[in-house]
Amino acid sequence: MRSALRNGWRAALLPVFVIVMAQVAATATQLESDSLASPAAIVAAFFAVLTDGSLMRATLDTLMAALCGCIVGVGAGSLLGIVLGLFRLVDDVLDLTIELLRPVPVVALIPVVMMLLGFGARMEIVIISLGLLWPSVVLARAAVKEVEPRLMEVSAMLQLGFLARLTKIVLPAILPQLFMSLKLAAGYALVVAVTVEITANPFGLGYGIMMAQQALRPAEMFAYLIWIGAIGWLMSLMLNAAQHHFFPAFAKGESR
Amino acid sequence: MAATHASLQAGQVAMTTAPAEQPRIRIRDVTLSYGALQIIGGISVDIAAGETISIIGPSGCGKTTLLRMLAGLARPTTGTVELDGAVLGGPDRSVAIVFQDYGKALLPWRTAAGNVSLALEARGCPAKERPVIIRELLDKIGLGRHADKYPSEMSGGMQQRLQIARCLAQEPKVLLMDEPFGALDAMTRQALQDEVLALVATTGATMVFVTHDLEEAIYLGDRIVCLQPNPGRIGRTVEVRLPRPRDQLVTREDPEFLRLRRELYDLIKDDHQ
Repeated sequence: MRSALRNGWRAALLPVFVIVMAQVAATATQLESDSLASPAAIVAAFFAVLTDGSLMRATLDTLMAALCGCIVGVGAGSLLGIVLGLFRLVDDVLDLTIELLRPVPVVALIPVVMMLLGFGARMEIVIISLGLLWPSVVLARAAVKEVEPRLMEVSAMLQLGFLARLTKIVLPAILPQLFMSLKLAAGYALVVAVTVEITANPFGLGYGIMMAQQALRPAEMFAYLIWIGAIGWLMSLMLNAAQHHFFPAFAKGESR
Repeated sequence: MAATHASLQAGQVAMTTAPAEQPRIRIRDVTLSYGALQIIGGISVDIAAGETISIIGPSGCGKTTLLRMLAGLARPTTGTVELDGAVLGGPDRSVAIVFQDYGKALLPWRTAAGNVSLALEARGCPAKERPVIIRELLDKIGLGRHADKYPSEMSGGMQQRLQIARCLAQEPKVLLMDEPFGALDAMTRQALQDEVLALVATTGATMVFVTHDLEEAIYLGDRIVCLQPNPGRIGRTVEVRLPRPRDQLVTREDPEFLRLRRELYDLIKDDHQ
């Protein structure tokens, strides 16, 4: 990510070239289409939805749902993962159940959750949380199991209670992994949120794309699409920067 | 009954105020097996309060396993380990252990002061009193100027000093050492040997020191327990009659030191053949 910024002009060559060529082609052919739009038209459509407030409202709705889903899903999943990592017995009891539930694609749950909760933010948050739950469980469990056994022995020798062991040894030890789990979850949350909005929920950026497409406004559709991509890119840029700042050693190890 | 027991032991060790008939540690017919594989095959030792015992033996003789049983980190298959007359059922805060791999035993996210603080937090020391105790301990072990450093910013010798400081913060009655200086260079090792001897002398702690270095075993110990492998058992127990305080030059040139070194060397060599 860093190197992409440092070599900005070289990395920007291809996208700029593609945009210019698209504009040239659209102008040359005097594009009039229900499925394609020229870059200039897309920019115009972008400013239209930006100024009438619909883009911001949709963005806020989607991001709020993704954020709440992240907090609930990663929070609950990490907690369960920590318990499974610490207690062999619970792990043995729940292992099969988790392995059976884990491969169910979360989008397959959209009809089920919709039937239970109807449309709205709540249903979307529940689906995002469910989508993030199992990956978070697996990552947190693995992280706890990789905590240096010597440190667990040190805490045993000091006769630390469960809570002290959790807060003084386990949590600080797995914090870098938990953050990485959150980073992966954030990207996935956006994907699930937009999917839910496109397929079911009359709400947010995904719904915006759907409406633009159904109203045969390709410029607006592409404007939404590019905006969603930009949000995802910005999000991962920020999370990577935070990771480099808070867990420099871990971030370095990851990119190795 | 108790009187005869006491008179038997009186000649062996009479170092502290603890009643002589009650050793600080009593290892009674301890064995340890993993399935059919017997690691430790019947070990019995009494260790008096304030005594320093060195445990030596070839690799695979169960030195570390024995120490882990004294720490309560491993359970004997049969037999018992008693601390002050009570059977040791698991780790006990009055027993501290210094691991060889100091790099893994320290919390990398805490400073030197924070690592010592962990032991104080564990024994419920009020937050207000901690800074003073931490400073005293770090000064005592020669880390006074490095209280705010993280383990990753310290040399191996400093990290091991820090681990010892954390163990002392437990105010242990028994200090277990598992080849603590094995990974350090010779000069650091000798400096730490002297520091540990001084600390043990001032705190009156009982020390059990596992090492594969014969000279280290003699230099530190009041008694040396030589283990033999397959399964681990006591081959011989040797008294070290060298005056204290010990000195890196004088003690190591003492004819008794050289005689002991020869005796132990022959003993260990036989086991290797």
